[in-house]
Amino acid sequence: MKIFYIILGSILVNNFVLSRFLGICSFLGVSKRTDTAFGMGLAVTFVMALASFISYIVFHWILVPLHIEYLYTLAFIVVIAALVQFVEMVIRKTNIGLYKALGIYLPLITTNCAVLAVAVINMNEGYNLIESVINGISAALGYFLAICLLAGIRGRIDNNEKMPTALRGFPISLVTAGLMSIAFLGFQGLLK
Amino acid sequence: MNIATERLYNGIIKENTTFVQVIAMCPTLAVTTSAMNGLGMGLTTTMVLMASNTVISALRKFIPSKIRIPAYVTIIAAFVTVMEFLLQGFAPGLYSALGLFIPLIVVNCVILGRAEAYASKSGVVASFFDGLGIGLGFTLSLTLLGIIREALGVGSIFGFRIMPAAYKPATIMILAPGAFFTLGILMALINLYRMKTAKPGEKPKMVEPKCAACSHCGECGISKAA
Repeated sequence: MKIFYIILGSILVNNFVLSRFLGICSFLGVSKRTDTAFGMGLAVTFVMALASFISYIVFHWILVPLHIEYLYTLAFIVVIAALVQFVEMVIRKTNIGLYKALGIYLPLITTNCAVLAVAVINMNEGYNLIESVINGISAALGYFLAICLLAGIRGRIDNNEKMPTALRGFPISLVTAGLMSIAFLGFQGLLK
Repeated sequence: MNIATERLYNGIIKENTTFVQVIAMCPTLAVTTSAMNGLGMGLTTTMVLMASNTVISALRKFIPSKIRIPAYVTIIAAFVTVMEFLLQGFAPGLYSALGLFIPLIVVNCVILGRAEAYASKSGVVASFFDGLGIGLGFTLSLTLLGIIREALGVGSIFGFRIMPAAYKPATIMILAPGAFFTLGILMALINLYRMKTAKPGEKPKMVEPKCAACSHCGECGISKAA
């Protein structure tokens, strides 16, 4: 049952983008076209699952036994960046199709704030290994959902001639994201 | 104009992180629920930025360029850990209000961006003032957003009541959607100002996030410098 609450909580109630404000840069930057938003969403899901796994191992098997838990920021960011670089190299050598689909996004999202945040949240919540990975995947799916929705909406409003020029582009994307965020506020009562 | 004032002017006005470069959106939107939180986050980031800029500039001749990004990240993470301890010890209220966003200063695009675009090429004193200027620009933007959201959402600024008693606070302004609306409308106003002040026949430069090209927080300063 706890797993179900984690999934529901991370995708809808505490949506990473729309209620926790994580990964906003890429959320606003890569949401111009639906296909790039889709690729970005897939890559983030992959990296966040990987990051949740490796950060759990690093925290509980290295930092806790050595009593240096306070170095978690440093350890997480370095390990996640190194691991993603490594995976990117492996994919490039072994599976060129997968590399073309995900590879271009991989090095770009290692220092996306959402990835470090999921590691820190897993640590603060005291999740075990399975729960951490599930939380990572569902948080990424929440990001996926939000970025694909915004890309779809932006595709429709970008060519609207009636919109005042000052609002076009970035300002209206922010207001759109605000409206989506109101919709996601409605999920707040779901888990109580 | 000497280098210190030039860097401060550049950081606060000319290359303002939020309103000109449009980077570091996550902390800008997330922690500006009140003017105090915005100011606290801004000052914490400023401290980290000043320290990391100074150290990276001092070490710029020793760090091989191939591994410079991991080296910068390590230096920044060290200062963030120090700031986390200081906040926990001396400002526990602010520490719990900022919460998750303190460790996330490590991946703040502003800091890695300045390290890559400025500190890795410039002298120690210039880099120090660059960090101070950019940091103060960031602080001012965050405080401004915090003031607007707190005034509309709670009816006060820095905890002092400014709205008349009959004003019914619009709570949504201090919730998540309020952040998007406030920033969206401020950006639209900047666009409007640029359209009004543009010379006739010239296309005004609209506000656009720098990360659009590279989709990556940490890289945006890098792609800009390249």
